[in-house]
Amino acid sequence: MKFKLKIWRQESTSAKGKLVDYEVKDISADTSFLEMLDQLNETLILRGENPVSFDYDCREGICGQCCLFINGRAHGPLDQTSTCQLHMRSFKDGQTIYVEPFRASAFPIKKDLRIDRQALDKIIASGGYISVSTGQAPEANQTRISSEEVESAFDAASCIGCGACVASCKNGSAALFTAAKISHLFQLPQGKIEHKKRTQNMVKAMDQLGFGACSNTGACEVECPQGISIRHIALMNKEYWK
Amino acid sequence: MYFSTDTATTPIPKIPEGDLKDKWSNFKTHARLVSPNNRKNYRILVVGTGLSGASAAASLAELGYQVTTFCFQDSPRRAHSVAAQGGVNAMKNYKNDGDSVFRMFYDTLKGGDFRSREANVYRLAECSASLIDQAVAQGVPFAREYSGYLSNRSFGGVQVSRTFYARGQTGQQLLLGAYQAMMRQVHLGRVTCYSRHEMLDLVTENGVAKGILVRNLDTGEISRHAAHAVVLATGGFGKIYYLSTLAMGCNGSAIWRAHKKGAWASCPSWTQIHPTCLPQSGNHQSKLTLMSESLRNDGRIWTPRVKNEDRKPLDIPEEDRDYYLERRYPSFGNLAPRDIASRAAKERIDSGHGVGPLKNAVFLDFKDAIANQGKETIVKKYGNLFSMYEKITGINAYEQPMMISPAAHFSMGGLWVDYELSSSISGLYVIGEANFSDHGANRLGANSLLQACVDGYYILPQTLPHYLAQLVKSEKPETNTPAFEESENKVRKQLSELCQINGSKTVDHFHRELGKILYDKCGLSRTEKGLTAAIEAIRSLRQEFYQNLKIPPNENGINEELEKAGRVADYLEIGELMCIDALSRQESCGAHFREEFQTPDGEAKRNDREYAFISCWKPGNPNPVLIKEPLHFEFTEPTERSYK
Repeated sequence: MKFKLKIWRQESTSAKGKLVDYEVKDISADTSFLEMLDQLNETLILRGENPVSFDYDCREGICGQCCLFINGRAHGPLDQTSTCQLHMRSFKDGQTIYVEPFRASAFPIKKDLRIDRQALDKIIASGGYISVSTGQAPEANQTRISSEEVESAFDAASCIGCGACVASCKNGSAALFTAAKISHLFQLPQGKIEHKKRTQNMVKAMDQLGFGACSNTGACEVECPQGISIRHIALMNKEYWK
Repeated sequence: MYFSTDTATTPIPKIPEGDLKDKWSNFKTHARLVSPNNRKNYRILVVGTGLSGASAAASLAELGYQVTTFCFQDSPRRAHSVAAQGGVNAMKNYKNDGDSVFRMFYDTLKGGDFRSREANVYRLAECSASLIDQAVAQGVPFAREYSGYLSNRSFGGVQVSRTFYARGQTGQQLLLGAYQAMMRQVHLGRVTCYSRHEMLDLVTENGVAKGILVRNLDTGEISRHAAHAVVLATGGFGKIYYLSTLAMGCNGSAIWRAHKKGAWASCPSWTQIHPTCLPQSGNHQSKLTLMSESLRNDGRIWTPRVKNEDRKPLDIPEEDRDYYLERRYPSFGNLAPRDIASRAAKERIDSGHGVGPLKNAVFLDFKDAIANQGKETIVKKYGNLFSMYEKITGINAYEQPMMISPAAHFSMGGLWVDYELSSSISGLYVIGEANFSDHGANRLGANSLLQACVDGYYILPQTLPHYLAQLVKSEKPETNTPAFEESENKVRKQLSELCQINGSKTVDHFHRELGKILYDKCGLSRTEKGLTAAIEAIRSLRQEFYQNLKIPPNENGINEELEKAGRVADYLEIGELMCIDALSRQESCGAHFREEFQTPDGEAKRNDREYAFISCWKPGNPNPVLIKEPLHFEFTEPTERSYK
């Protein structure tokens, strides 16, 4: 297969960026999107040009580091799929593909397609945990938790922290990311005690870090690679205003 | 001769006195302590923020120490522990199926083919139960029965159900628990986290670890960090095979650079080749995705009975299928340990029974499980794995069997540590996959998450203070020293040399070539002839690397090729030591299968008389030096490891 690529190139955070045209040829349909970019980079390096900088690590859809905006969608055309799990068979031969970074005011661009998502770590640091120190825990089976409760908490806990929700939101809101952690811990009996303070602190941190407000468009849920529901945002809001 | 042997040095494993079950409590009872108000005066560096690093950082900070962590990922939550799927073992005996600490200890020791220390392995089993309590308290959503009690499943190499799991994302959930515990300490000001920072050197003075040199991967800036102790929690180096189940950034550089400063490396060639991965389908691939071993609870592994079968799997009738694991290992069947399952798959593939376009895979079939338990149950148990399989291959595994193949996965080998997890350099501790300790020559499934957590939550927070308490109190960590100066000059020189080669081949080219050599010659099976050839091939590849590498020449700012070049430069040295290690061990044990040493039915043939020791490698000039730590079996009797 062959493709025309229009890739966002930007030397540094403060530099001005632009879309640059590239072409790739002889790509097999089984190649992943990131491997296609690897092949482009190999050519660029051998030509003495600067390769395209992009984030990735595990390449199995769980670390959450890959984050490309492909043809106007976070992680590309497939639902519930991170960029690294997207394969070229999902595109038409000869297609033009736009590749941009995740854009949000809280995610400064470092270089090309690489972004800075430390704001998400800061939200977690503000309260996204149960305050239990090593050694304090009681016997695990003393806390019985129904299978339904655990599974529902898990739906929220499965967040990979990629930031697709933020990038897809017209307001650049981290409501889904924050709500997923609040909801995960709220739905478990161990997490209920600190719940009030946690919700207040995390929402406050989210606002202070430059993320926008949630206006319930639901775009985040559509683009979330883990399919996390916006019902968690409703829960966060309800608990915040209680 | 590629190495020399030092018989004058005997490593001291510092195993506490007493009966097996009393050793760990004896250690804790007699360990030195640091009083609560003094702890803030001690600075500890933790390199790597996976399960072992994050759990250690959190636990040490909770005690009151000042901790600084480093990871090369853009967030500590992305360390590769996140990708572990199937589960974590723990001795709770919730199933009432005869489990005990001793049984778990014995399973692990036997699983490792009696090539690990009894005392270490026993402690792993002993601490396992607390980990489940801790994780549940943190909010890890382990699977539950409808009654609300915790659920278990079974993993390879055991006959009880002691594996706790969180869907197919157990590693992710455990890591998030540890990461969140660490971020809580960040909020409290006791932990400082540096993301996108890579360790480039260990700084030592008079044989004592004093700090590290790190490079900011976003700016290229090099900085010095001094501390009272350095903890390496940098994971495994299986990515050396290029195609592996590891993340792209996983590397061996931190442990290798510490090794070059004198830390012994143990059994570096003992690599777990995981039996259930997606097969290679062409030359474009950058990794091979793992499919959890838990699939072997219900999936049956088979190949066609005849060679070069060209019928589609669904058209092959039962009588023409060879369920070779069930045939060869009737009592463990599809849950035979990983090294055995991988070798059996290789045997089938090599003998012409492989399946798939490149004939390099075997089938993993859920037809019977779906018929017996219903599709709904299988969806609930493995849904995310099936959908991952479909995303990558485009094949619906509910309708036709999966195709799987062995791939490099876990490094049993690593830096040598004693019972206290201290390396051979004072003040340098090594935890998790980065060390060689509990798994011997083969790790059992669901024991890696366990070992990482136990090292970080329970062992290091007891053993590290024992070291800190005897340091001279007036000595403050200091970066303005000749040792730091020398180290920084060396690191800067290395980086600029790599930038200046300006040859005609990319880093990935060299990495792929090295991977091929190692997979063929130092992978699932090894021979003297193959290993010798591999050493020579790696030496010439290394020479070519320094003559013909091409990377963008900028040392400042983001330069992924420079990062990769540094890692591959180290891999080219680690690879050679792996081959020398495999060559020096003239026996087969666990994952180390020397074709010259096998039983008549093709199983690994151990040689306890001559090789019941841990190989400890010291850097030497011109050749590495082998030191032997003898293994003593006081409480068990090493037997032939049979799963038949």
